[in-house]
Parts: sequence; C-alpha cells; structure tokens
Amino acid sequence: MSAAKAVSTWKSWLTTTDHKRIGLLYFWTAFAFFLIGGLEALIIRAQLARPGNTVVSAETFNQLFTMHGTTMVFLALMPLSAAFFNYIVPLQIGARDVAFPRLNAFSYWVFLLGGLFLNASWLLPNHPAPDAGWFGYANLTSREFSPGPNIDFWLLGLQILGVASLAAGFNFIVTILNLRAPGMKMMRLPVFSWMTLVTSFLIITAFPVITVALVLLMFDRFFGTHFYLPSAGGDPVLWQHLFWIFGHPEVYILILPAMGIISEVLPTFARKPLFGYTVVVYSGVLIGFMGWGVWSHHMFSVGLGPIADSVFSATTMLIAVPTGVKIFNWLATLWGGQIRATSALHFAVGFIALFTIGGLSGVMHASPPADLQQTDTYFVVAHIHYVLFGGTVFGLFAGMYYWWPKMTGRLLGEALGKLHFWLMFVGMNLAFFPMHFIGLLGMPRRIYTYGPELGVAKLNLVSTVGAFLIAVSILVFLVNLWRTRTRGKVAGNDPWGGATLEWTIPSPPPPHNFDVIPTVASRLPRWSMTQLKAIPEDAELEKPHAPVGSWWPLVAALGLPVLALAPLTHTLWVAFLGAAILITGIYRWAFEPFEV
Amino acid sequence: MTTSLGLDNRKMAFWAFIGSECLLFASLISTYLIYKGRSVVGPYPHEILNIPFTSVSTFDLLMSSLMMVLALAAVQRGDLKWAKVWLFLTALLGMFFLAGQVYEFTSFVHEGLTLQRNLFGATFFVLTGTHGAHVTVGVIWLLTLWWRALRGKLGKGNALTVEICGLYWHFVDVVWIVIFTVVYLIQ
Amino acid sequence: MPPSRRRRWLTLLPLVLAGCGGPFPQSALHPESDYARALDGLFRGIFWWAVLVFVVVESLLLFILLRYRQRAGAATPKPTHGHTVLEIAWTIAPALILVFIAVPTMRTIFTTQAPPAPNALRIAVIGHQWWWEYRYPDLGIVTANELHVPVGRPVVLEITTADVIHSFWAPALGGKRDLIPGHVNRITFTAESIGTISGQCAEFCGASHANMRLRVMVDADSTFRAWVAAQQAPARAVARGSPAQAGQDALRRYGCIACHAITGVSAGVIGPNLTHVGSRTTIAAGVLPNTDVDLARWITDPPGVKPGAKMPKLPVQPQDLTAIVAYLRSLK
Repeated sequence: MSAAKAVSTWKSWLTTTDHKRIGLLYFWTAFAFFLIGGLEALIIRAQLARPGNTVVSAETFNQLFTMHGTTMVFLALMPLSAAFFNYIVPLQIGARDVAFPRLNAFSYWVFLLGGLFLNASWLLPNHPAPDAGWFGYANLTSREFSPGPNIDFWLLGLQILGVASLAAGFNFIVTILNLRAPGMKMMRLPVFSWMTLVTSFLIITAFPVITVALVLLMFDRFFGTHFYLPSAGGDPVLWQHLFWIFGHPEVYILILPAMGIISEVLPTFARKPLFGYTVVVYSGVLIGFMGWGVWSHHMFSVGLGPIADSVFSATTMLIAVPTGVKIFNWLATLWGGQIRATSALHFAVGFIALFTIGGLSGVMHASPPADLQQTDTYFVVAHIHYVLFGGTVFGLFAGMYYWWPKMTGRLLGEALGKLHFWLMFVGMNLAFFPMHFIGLLGMPRRIYTYGPELGVAKLNLVSTVGAFLIAVSILVFLVNLWRTRTRGKVAGNDPWGGATLEWTIPSPPPPHNFDVIPTVASRLPRWSMTQLKAIPEDAELEKPHAPVGSWWPLVAALGLPVLALAPLTHTLWVAFLGAAILITGIYRWAFEPFEV
Repeated sequence: MTTSLGLDNRKMAFWAFIGSECLLFASLISTYLIYKGRSVVGPYPHEILNIPFTSVSTFDLLMSSLMMVLALAAVQRGDLKWAKVWLFLTALLGMFFLAGQVYEFTSFVHEGLTLQRNLFGATFFVLTGTHGAHVTVGVIWLLTLWWRALRGKLGKGNALTVEICGLYWHFVDVVWIVIFTVVYLIQ
Repeated sequence: MPPSRRRRWLTLLPLVLAGCGGPFPQSALHPESDYARALDGLFRGIFWWAVLVFVVVESLLLFILLRYRQRAGAATPKPTHGHTVLEIAWTIAPALILVFIAVPTMRTIFTTQAPPAPNALRIAVIGHQWWWEYRYPDLGIVTANELHVPVGRPVVLEITTADVIHSFWAPALGGKRDLIPGHVNRITFTAESIGTISGQCAEFCGASHANMRLRVMVDADSTFRAWVAAQQAPARAVARGSPAQAGQDALRRYGCIACHAITGVSAGVIGPNLTHVGSRTTIAAGVLPNTDVDLARWITDPPGVKPGAKMPKLPVQPQDLTAIVAYLRSLK
C-alpha cells in the first residue's frame, strides 16, 4: 500500500475538501481559541485572587467572562470535537471521506470566520466585546440597557457559527448512516461514531431554536420590535426558554463526543472490549432524547411555579440514570483488564473521576429548593467546570494522545504526557473544588470583585493558583507537540493495539484512506479472528489520489461575515454585497463538476 | 454510489434539513402562540386578517404543489417539454403567492400594523416573513431548474435534483398550512 | 507519594482552608429562618447521598486501577461483553437513590412556595440598577438597601424590578428569587434570630452587578416598632443656620432633589429615598459604610465607587460637601 504524497501549498489548504485536512484545520483553530479562552480565564482569576482587586475594570471583567464562556463553548470545545468527527469518523466506518466534502470545508471556513468576527470586537477602539454573559439574558441585552455594538457582535457572530454547526450536523448524519463499509451494521459502529451521530441530531434540532432566539433579539435591537421587552407586553423570560431549550441539548453536544472517546480509549488500554456496548449506545441515545425535557432546571429561580419546578426536577433527576449507567459500564470495562497506563488512559480515567464529581453536583442542582442556594453562585461554576473541563476537556485530551499518532504518524511523548496529566489534574481540582465552598459561602457568579468580609479570599486565591497550574500543564502539552514533530516515535499503523478500523491503515492515512474498503464482520474488526478475510485476488485497489479541491466553500463562507457587517455598520449595500458573495459561491458550487 | 441505507445521500441530507427547519418554524409558531392575546394596543388579528383573501393565497400554494408533482413526473419520464411547463407554472404560482403576501403586508401597514406596533405585528411579520423568505428561495430554485431545462440540461439522469426541490417546495407548503390554521383560522 | 494519597490530600486542602476564618456572613450553611432551614435540611440529605455515591465510585475506580494494572507476562484478559443482571442492578440502585432525593424535594417545593400567612408582613422589593427599593405598603414606608423585619413573624417579599432582571439573595434567610420586569415573584420566610443578614444581587445585571448588595436587619419586636415609627415620620427638620440647613440648600442647588425623595423636601423617584438615610449602616447599596468620609467619597465620585452608576459625578465644592454630609447624617 502506498500513500500519495500530499501537496501542501496555501492553495491546497484553502481549497481542501479532504476530511483529514479539515480535521487538522479544525484542531489547530479550535486549540488557538482554547488558548484565548484560557487567557481570558487567567485574567479573570487574577482579578479575583484578592478582594477589591484592580487588575481589570468592571466592564472589562464583564467582557472577559462573557467571551470566556462563549469562546470555550462555541469556538473551542465544539470544534475540538468536530476535529475528531472529521478526522476519525470516516476512518472508523470504513469510508473514503464524508458524504459532502465541500459542505465539510464550508463548515470549517464559516467556523473560522465566525470566530474571527466575534473576537474582532476585542480589537476595535475601547474593545466593545460582548459583555452580557454567554447566555445573554434579556432585557439586559436590549438596546436600552446595552446601547453599544457589544451585543450586536455577539448575536451576529453566534448566528454565523450556527450555520457552521448545522452544516456539519447534516454532513455527519448522512455520512454515518449512509457511508458505512459493507458489514458495518449500526450495532457494530464504534461508540465514538455513535455518539457523533447522536450529537449531530442534537445539533440540527437545537441550533434552529437559538437561531430564532437570536433573530428575535436582533429584531428588538435593530428594528424596534418588543419580543423581550415588557413595555409592550413582551417577556424577557421568553428569551430564557428559547435559550435553554437550545442550551440544554447543547451541553450534551459538548459531553457526548468526549464520552465516545472514553469508550474507545478504555477498551484499548484495558485490552478488553467495552462492557455493555449495547447499553452504552442506548444510554447515549436516551440522553439525547431526554435532554430535551430538562431545560427549565436552569430557571428554578425564575418563579415558574411549584408544578413546573417539580416536573423539571423529576426529568433532570431521571437523566442522571443513563449517565450513571455509562460510568458503571466504563468501570466494568477496566475490571479484569490488563491496564496499560498510557497518557491517553490517564486522561480517560481522569474523566471518570472528575465527571462523577460534576455529575453529583448536578444532582444537587436538580432539587429546586436546594438549587436556590446554589444557582448563580460559584457552586454552579464548580459544577460546570467539573463536567466541561474534568469531563469534556479531559476526554478531548485523551483523544489527542490516542489519535495523534494516527493523524501525524508520530506518538506524543509519554513522560511529558503524564506530567501534563498530573499538573492538569491537580490544577483543575485546586481551581474548581474550592468553588463549591465559595458558592455556598455566598459569592455569586459574574462579579468583578467581592468584599473581604465574605471570608472567601483565601479560597479564591487557591482557585487562582490552580488556574495558573492548569496553564503550566498546557505549556507542557505544547512543548510535547513541538518536540514530537521531529523527535516523536514513529507510530506505524497501530501503535496501541486498537480494535477499530482506523488502526488498519497507515499513519497518517493516504488521501483515499483505504486501498480496499474492508468488509466488516465484527464490532472489533481488528481484534476479531472472524474479521480476517483475505483481500480477494481480483480486488481493485484504489489508485492513490488526492481528493479534488474547490474554492467555492471558502467563497460562500466569506459571504456570511460580510452580510453580518451590514447591521453592524448600518449600511444596506454591505448586505447586498454579502448576499451576492454567498449566492455566487453557492451557484458555482452547485454547478461545479465534483466527484468524491 | 451505493449507500448503506439505500437512500441517496442528498435525499437523506435534505430530509435531515427539513427536520431542522421544523424546529425553526416550531419556535416561531410557538412564539406567536405565546404572545397571542398579549398585545397592549391594536390592531388585533380579528380586525385586520382577511381570511377570504388568504384562503385564495393558500389555494394558490396548494395548486403550486400539484404543479410540482407533475413537474417531477415529467422529468422522471424524460418529458422535457412538459417538465419546462410545470416547473414554470410552479414558480409562477409561487410568485403569485408572494405577490399576495406583499399586498397583504402593505395593506396591514397602511392599517397601522407594523413590526414595532405591537406583539401581534412583531410575531406575525417575523413568522410569515420567514416563510415568505423560504418561498422566495424556492422560487429562485425552481426558476434555476427551469432555466436548466430550457438549455436541455435536465433529464431522467438528474431527476433527483427536481425531486429534492419538490421536497422543499412541499415542505414550505405544509408550513403554510400550519401557519394559516394557527394564525388565521384559529383566533 | 502514591497518586491516590496525593489526590486525597489536595482535595482536603480547601476544606481545611474553608474552616480557617469566618464568620461567613453570607453563608448558605447557617440558616436563620424557617425557609433557609428547610433548604438546608434538604441539601444536607442530598449531600450525604452524594458522598456515598462518590465514595463508592471513586474507591471502585482506585481499586480497579491498582488491582488490574498491567503485569508482565499476564494472559490476555477475558473479553466480557456485558452482564444483564449487573446492568439492571446499577440502573435500579441510582434510580432508588434519586427517589429518596425526589420525595423530600417535591415536598419542600410545595411547602416553601405555599401562599403566605394572612398576617404576614408585606414588603415590596423593587430592583434597580444597582440598588434595592423597599416599600412597606401597609405601613406607608419607603426606604432603600436595608430591610428591617421583625423576628418570629411571617414576612412576604413581593419582588419585581424597574429595569433589568436582578435576583434577591440573602442566603441565611433562604434561597434566591429573580426580579423580572413584568412579573411579581414572592419570597416568604419567618426570621428566627435577631441580627444582621448580608446578601447581594445574584443575577448579572450590568456594570455594577457586583456592587448591588443588601442587608436585612432582623429586629426584636420592640426595636422593629420603633424603627417603623421613625421611618413613618417625615424628614427631620433642620435648625435654621445649622450646617444641615446649608446642606439641604446645597442639595437643591446641585439638583439632587430631582432624583431623590426626602419627605417634606423633595419627591424624586430615580434614586433611593433618603428621608432616613442617616439611620442606615451602609450606603451605595451596601458597598460603603455610612460614615462621613465614605458619604463624601460616594457623593464626590459615584462612578468611581460603582462603575456605571447613574448618579452623576458633579463638581461639588468642599464646603457644600461638608454641609450635604451633615444634612444627610441628620436624616435619622
């Protein structure tokens, strides 16, 4: 088997439709945004290290926590997951690419442009970055109470990013359902691909709701409507309902991919199959469905009434059951295994330990009366970070250590990897565990300073130290990345003894992935003796070739931020320009001869 | 290219897209329903909505769906002549619908119902405006297909593109039935 | 140090630190009302269940990591794919625990949201960016930022806002409730001990969200009645020629009366009612103590103390400033 040497010019990257290249683009861009969001967090923690601190002004602080949340959710965590969807899913299902390679490229470019659009607000004079929280509650976001362009950047940037997510969602649904290798029945699909499928369904159903919420806000701010304004009978609580009907499925969009990664990493390094594959898959699907019924648990302090509170409390507690079931299945996977303590495994185990804590504080939040002392305090900040940092981020790092060799052909250093893990694990607990106490001792969220009389100064300092320790651990990871370029051990097809199809091809794979699309006979194709079917003598080997590129996804993508500039600059002709670019891009794309 | 479920990729993607659009319109319709009866000042729906007129619009859109079915059938049997006719008629009826909407909206504005006037104006115009934008995209799509047919580039081989356009057009029609029922008929 | 021990030590550290220091005036763990005690009891119950699950899961994990470490020359592990009974067991057990949490939860929801007693003291709370307006409709009192309630008597706060969403949170009195434009929410409680309870706004409301603090004074019955009587009285008259009178004049000249109400003197509605501001322990919504120095500091530069404050920074002459402070301190 030979790999076509991939051309690596500017043009080849700008016009790429190869899922592997797009995966790498997502990875680097998302990681850069992760660092930006992390920097925002460090400034926040520096400000809160002492009561009455003056590292930043109140307004800047409000922008920092808004951008930290928005960046981490939409520009870091989701796209890092997308990086793995892109690179790994086609390999796991035995496909040559995704169903719509140009749409895939389009998703990436729109993501990049949306992220730049949002962050451009930092660069304007007086840096009018969004400043009403990542959740942007009405009516603080109305023109009356937020007169500047801050919220406009936010609502326009998020609408652009929504397009990217939706396009990717459609692409992966069709890819996973329709492009599986022969014999790859749904119940033989690797769990990571299954979770990608569930996540994609959640994306295409949840994002339209936030789109409507943002459009209504846009109309209030630009066209004088009163959707969220009480003066004409509107209700700010409508925003909360629409936002959280999106927002709760969104957190499952954030966690399910990481759970999928864990479900791959643990069996490989325990050298036994995932325990309860069917149950783990169905739990993921169930969580996807049930996630639609819990949204008002973010609104227990709104005064919805005892019946609504009770119903949402019950549904929220119910969703803990399939979540817990997954954890037990992971433990059972490790039980009786021969556990190899690689860096990837460290992060996977860290995920279990930390996500459990986050899940338990989640159950505390599920009880409305108890939650009324917890919501909008640092207790919730602790919960969020245990599930999203201890959960998603640790899961993503597990994926990075696991799949880096497949994507680059070289292993990441194990010594540095373990150092990274321990620094991050300790840092994370130092940063976020005290927040449980800080919240219960009376410190609300989203405050730029606090008085010494609260008695939480020491705990805040500990938390800040932890945050900086996390930063050090990321530096260690970056050093590891840099060194592995030249000094990393060469990986070969299968450095870990993995069970799934991506480990049957070279690292990195040739542009066309598989010389011959395999016929799959088991859930663990690489481990199972029944899988080994000889390649028939007359099987046509795929000729090494690079996928055809196209300019039109990039062109079409450019139309969106130009369109978004129109309301920001109050000029109509800019909207026509943006629409023209978009429509031209779409038409040329539609009529371009293109074959996968 | 054979697919795992036997369904063409583009068709499957389009059904997923329609699912997504259902959530979009459901959110807008829900907003309309939540704010029903909460306008602080008029004009109110019963004063201003013209059911006879809008019934004609609705009928027009339904007929356009029929035209679409006939267009697809023509393309699938390779009958380019009738394909051109039905595709154009579908687009034409779509344009009549849009003209009707424009007329209706401008007359409402003259009677004092604007986006800013009250919650009814805001929710009504955003909901029907979004639908109208979808119809417009559909009309452009149909005219593009009709243009391709004129240049002889439409046939049995690429009937799928017409089928998907048809799916879109029927979806937009169904959404209108829901809007017509919820906004106009049930007051 | 083996990883497990190191992990445990580091997790205990913040607990130890939390024990250092105090009192914690805004702690949710020291209930001072029936409402807060109900929430606290519920939380403690849930907490111990969580501790149980935590101990079970984490120690299982720890055990597995140590016991099933890869050993040289060991055979490939048995490929177990699942076990139906186990799946049922670890579905039912957590579900049962959740039932034990759900039942007291539902009960507490309904008891804490029950309609207030008919003899409850009604107080209207209106949120503003970034201060609290309090009205006692049955007593004819209007005040700001410091609430007085009698001990042992049911109180109902009827809360709303004049601008954006805020949230009233005095942890020792109970859970928080949002102030939403167009809505009136309710917090009912009976305070159980005399003292001062701290709180602050708990819903992000703009630039000075961090500076929107509040105090609740729980008074003995006689103290409360005295306070009510004092608050119902009109503003204390100024002696002719006194510094206070000069201050009152200055208040008029600088336009303060346009925003602030002082019964008998002015009727502004934009800022807090100052009729009895001299009797408060803090000013600027709990951010500064009510001393001459701090009053002067606040008046000289409100946005400097509270970013975004609607009270403008005016060029107040030093002699006017002294007079104004003297006048405001006299308004007991």
